[in-house]
Amino acid sequence: MNVIYFDNNATTRVADEVFEAMRPYFCELYGNPSSMHTFGGQVGVRIREAREHVAALLGCHPSEVIFTSCGTESDSTAILGTLAAVPHRRKVITTRVEHPAVLTVCRDLENRGYQVIELGVDKQGRLDLGELESHLDDDTAIVTIMSANNETGTVFPIEKIARMVTDRGITFHTDAVQVVGKIPLNLADSCVNLLSLSGHKLHGPKGVGVLYVRKGTRIAPLLLGGHQEGGRRAGTENVPGIIGLGKACELASRYMEDENTRVRTLRDRLESAILASCPDSRINGDPENRLPNTTNISFEYIEGEAILLMLDRFGICASSGSACTSGSLEPSHVLRAMGVPFTAAHGSIRYSLSRYNTEEEVDFTIDKMPQIIERLRELSPFVGQVTA
Amino acid sequence: MWEYTDKVRDHFFNPRNVGEVEDPDGVGEVGSLACGDALKLTFKLGKDGRIADAKFKTFGCASAIASSSVLTELIRGKTLDEAMNVTNKDIADYLGGLPEQKMHCSVMGREALEAAIANYRGGDTAKRELEGHVVCTCFGVTDVEIERVIRENDLTTVEQVTNYCKAGGGCGGCHGEIEKIIERIQGEKAKAHVPLVPRKGKKLTNIQKMQLIQQTINEQIRPALRAHGGNIELIDIEGDKVTVAFRGMCAQCHLAEFTMKDVVENKLREFVSDDIFVEEDKESVEEGHVHKG
Ligand code: FES
Repeated sequence: MNVIYFDNNATTRVADEVFEAMRPYFCELYGNPSSMHTFGGQVGVRIREAREHVAALLGCHPSEVIFTSCGTESDSTAILGTLAAVPHRRKVITTRVEHPAVLTVCRDLENRGYQVIELGVDKQGRLDLGELESHLDDDTAIVTIMSANNETGTVFPIEKIARMVTDRGITFHTDAVQVVGKIPLNLADSCVNLLSLSGHKLHGPKGVGVLYVRKGTRIAPLLLGGHQEGGRRAGTENVPGIIGLGKACELASRYMEDENTRVRTLRDRLESAILASCPDSRINGDPENRLPNTTNISFEYIEGEAILLMLDRFGICASSGSACTSGSLEPSHVLRAMGVPFTAAHGSIRYSLSRYNTEEEVDFTIDKMPQIIERLRELSPFVGQVTA
Repeated sequence: MWEYTDKVRDHFFNPRNVGEVEDPDGVGEVGSLACGDALKLTFKLGKDGRIADAKFKTFGCASAIASSSVLTELIRGKTLDEAMNVTNKDIADYLGGLPEQKMHCSVMGREALEAAIANYRGGDTAKRELEGHVVCTCFGVTDVEIERVIRENDLTTVEQVTNYCKAGGGCGGCHGEIEKIIERIQGEKAKAHVPLVPRKGKKLTNIQKMQLIQQTINEQIRPALRAHGGNIELIDIEGDKVTVAFRGMCAQCHLAEFTMKDVVENKLREFVSDDIFVEEDKESVEEGHVHKG
């Protein structure tokens, strides 16, 4: 059975070019770039090139790029490293819809005596910038707000926020794992101090990420014990991963246009067809400011995991904000923060596309959705009550 | 992805006995949309007093639907007394097992069956009456239900209780109470599993007391407040006086003084020391908080 992969916000397939670029660095060019011999040293040159590719995609200087092991490490380093650098400041501001890589760190800080402000969002998942402004003060060490939400695709006005925050001398970090490669960035002209990205979200390998650190930003390293990355991140470089990420960034620059035209068109087609053919369905998120590849749709009166299993039988991969899929008992914290009613939150499905998706795949899914929804509604005790 | 047995997949993809029996003798409804799963069971008795027909409608995940389907299969042809003996374990066993975190689906089946039989015998309401007092407010689970799943399935940890009846799966505020119920029923057996939770009793040094207060707030109080959009901050500890500030939703509502302060005080007395008293720091709230309706 063919797999139709609509779960690209979870992870992406590694591009063939990326895999080929990485291949020599396992069994042939396996040297350690820190070594004092040509065999290892030549690897260092390749890492420098990869760093330049990443910098080009971000629109920054290569010296501002630190390689890490994943987006989560980048997030932790950004937050904890900033707090260590400004120990007299005791307040952290974030949002209720962050990825757990940020939210869990903040809640842990709260337990350790920091004051943590979690900004709420409105029904479409948007922030109230006035509220953010009212919380900024001399005690604030860092503001960390994601660039775009992984579940709904809602994009925040990061540039505006960054200016507001940094104007007051406060460090601003953004988790941009969902944005890099989908929306053009030019960090040289931006106020963002710190930005996290992850390799496997843009057709690069798993196990490698980047923390962008704007020149002049005060931050302490998280991992100690080596001079790598200019002393800002100890640990022997994940050479194949870094090479792969460099290639992925090079490709991302090339395909950016495609993401915003062809992929967006596919997403829109999928979305409008499903909304038209499945009654009692609705979009979660801000349709105006949204990633080009993501749509999150709620189907009332039925449960997300059941929908996913039905889709799975057709080889279609998506994800859900329902409680049952997460292994917890409560539906997605993002949808709850948006005030999405429980009835809709349990039945939410996220489709996240990529440049590898085709029109046939979209049409096949459009064809299958109504029968899946109808079938599950036949089982639901709530449907009769509502339509009768 | 959950690992479901072929039986579960079969009963999910080809559920048996879907629908509602016409003119039913008994109707049982449990769960709700908010909880993420709900089941409506209807049955009709034959002339011989045995269940002649049983049908279900279920909102929920694959294992909830499969459990409901199996339930109807299991009870067809049984007398009501025989049906009463069907346990959640029977349902899970018939399916070749369920993932631990999904055991509550089988419990829901058993509960719907009881509700339907009670409805037939008692006649009045099809909704299940709450017995006992609610321990877990997040999922509306009572001590009676918690005790029952512990006994029937020989559970020894809070995590297991959550898997079987959802209690404790939300804010976590009820974990302390669930632990006590487990301990009461399982006695020594449970002790080995009980994780380190704040325990009062022995004489505490000042540092220990402060740590215990902080820990109690972090683990027993904050999660419950957070579930309702609020938060708590520990401002100061002076002898037995604990000063806290409430933020978010609970900070400015009028009831704050009567409810939140008392809740915190009770928890701290329970877990730290009977002499503790709590005061609310109003000043820090006024400056640090923006009230949003
Ligand atoms: S009260 Fe039990 S989990 Fe919230």
